[in-house]
Amino acid sequence: MRDSNEKESIVSINAVSKSYQRGNQPVPVLEEITFDIARGEFLALMGPSGSGKSTLLNLIAGIDSADSGSIIIDGVDIASLGEAELAGWRAAHVGFIFQFYNLIPVLTAYENVELPLLLTSLSRRERHEHVETALAVVALSDRKEHYPSQLSGGQQQRVAIARAIVTDPTILVADEPTGDLDRVSAGDILALMSRLNEDFGKTIIMVTHDPRAAEKAHVIRHLEKGVLSDVSA
Amino acid sequence: MFLLKLLARNAFRHRLRTLLTILGITVAILAFGLLQTVVSAWYAGVNASSATRLITRNAVSLVFSLPIAYQERIRRIEGVSSVSYANWFGGVYITEKNFFPSFAIEPQSYLALYPEFVIEPEQKRAFISDRKGCVIGQKLANRFGWKIGDSIPLKGTIFPGNWEFVVRGIYTGAEKSTDESQFFFHWAYLNETLKKTIPRRADQAGIYLIGLKNPQSAAEVSLAVDTVFKNSLAETLTETEKAFQLSFVSMTEAIVVAIRIVSFVVIIIIMVVVANTMAMTARERIGEYAIFKAMGFRWYHVAGMIFGESLFISVTGGIVGILLTFPVARKFGDVMDQFFPIFQVESSTLYMDLSFCLIVGLVAGMFPAWRAVNIKVADGLRRVG
Repeated sequence: MRDSNEKESIVSINAVSKSYQRGNQPVPVLEEITFDIARGEFLALMGPSGSGKSTLLNLIAGIDSADSGSIIIDGVDIASLGEAELAGWRAAHVGFIFQFYNLIPVLTAYENVELPLLLTSLSRRERHEHVETALAVVALSDRKEHYPSQLSGGQQQRVAIARAIVTDPTILVADEPTGDLDRVSAGDILALMSRLNEDFGKTIIMVTHDPRAAEKAHVIRHLEKGVLSDVSA
Repeated sequence: MFLLKLLARNAFRHRLRTLLTILGITVAILAFGLLQTVVSAWYAGVNASSATRLITRNAVSLVFSLPIAYQERIRRIEGVSSVSYANWFGGVYITEKNFFPSFAIEPQSYLALYPEFVIEPEQKRAFISDRKGCVIGQKLANRFGWKIGDSIPLKGTIFPGNWEFVVRGIYTGAEKSTDESQFFFHWAYLNETLKKTIPRRADQAGIYLIGLKNPQSAAEVSLAVDTVFKNSLAETLTETEKAFQLSFVSMTEAIVVAIRIVSFVVIIIIMVVVANTMAMTARERIGEYAIFKAMGFRWYHVAGMIFGESLFISVTGGIVGILLTFPVARKFGDVMDQFFPIFQVESSTLYMDLSFCLIVGLVAGMFPAWRAVNIKVADGLRRVG
């Protein structure tokens, strides 16, 4: 079922199916998923564990491949890209926010944010400007020389968000971004993500279990056993 | 630059583990360097031997001597520039523990044949003119604190009796490989004494040393010498000095081979240790590599990080090991002076050390890099948390 949306679609998912092999048995994870995500939309994917929401997020982010169907992002069918092209595409178009922040522990906040820019042709000075801007957006300019171990969970997640937005990607994918945070920090992170969506027009696709987190999204899609079951706005 | 910084910081993430691995490599390279230097020391005589000299000995065995009358007949052979002779004396200074090589030589011709023994002209003159005089190497002089004019008593083992010598000269080596632990005295002194004590052993030379006009003619001259004395009472065997020295080394070939094998086993063991360290490291960081790949870093970036870290550890350990090899080898050489008069770390050993550091680093990084490169991003991310 494809939802009609007056806004321009930035992500178009068409009949996507995915299964994993367990021994000789294929275990279906996603079945014939079809929907669009509008540019500037904040989408929450919800569902019980094992419903396939993280798998769907991975497919949209281009870090996993579908068995069938197509995913077109900003006009590019990512299934048609080779490994090298896909890596380049991810670097330019996708910002990742993970549940456990996934910062590199031996790098400072500044260096962690700078990482994705190393794959660009920006000069050292330009990289510096981008990193400073990203850290300012997440209000962590004063902590840029701190290592992840010297930051709280909420601060680490803000550094991870700065790292995700520093290349100004087309979409931001967030897998349980508040799953490892206390209530206050989770609220801060969600507020920040809302601001990124509203003030900077970022398209955000977020997987979450948390109904409070999902409340921040414009659209909530529910997955049940690999099938889209419900849509709420 | 950024990746180099990341690589160095990653290497010391588990400081103790990395330091212990570096220590292991240091010890392995040090052990390899020392064992290879022992092998080099074994071959020192061979390496120091000249291509322009031949040695003629009794064809039956080195134990049997040759008549002194052979000297003139050898001198007349085409291609021979000079002839000298010597006897292995095998003297002992006070006790057997104080062993050093001692030879009875014909001074003028012998020293002319061995320009690598550098001796002051006055000392040389003093030695030649004193029948009881001797010339000793600088190392030997240092070992016993001997100086010019000292009287040295030696106990004969092959030529029984107590022999008195006066130090008339101390030679130094023209090259690093020149043995400075030898003791030379007049063959005439030995011969005159033998004439009085054991006349049947007089007028005999242990070996003849032949100088060649042209090094290329070594084979022809050797053949010519042996042909001259064919079917005589004392047939000869003539060979190059190198071949002569090699015949001694070949008697102990098994030991040399064993040392060589042990030195390579040490390297293989440390390779396994470093590989284990890198495998642990990569296993722990597989999630991080997945994050790098998710951000768009390519397989060669990830492989570069692993190989870089592996090489960083192995080369650091290797360089420390190489730097330590010199003082340790010097100390070892001092202690083992009587067995290894020339104990020097050769440049070939250093090249091998460096090559092995690189090989260890590359081999140790191979499997972890293969795993990290091949893991799917989604699978790697599942391991984080």
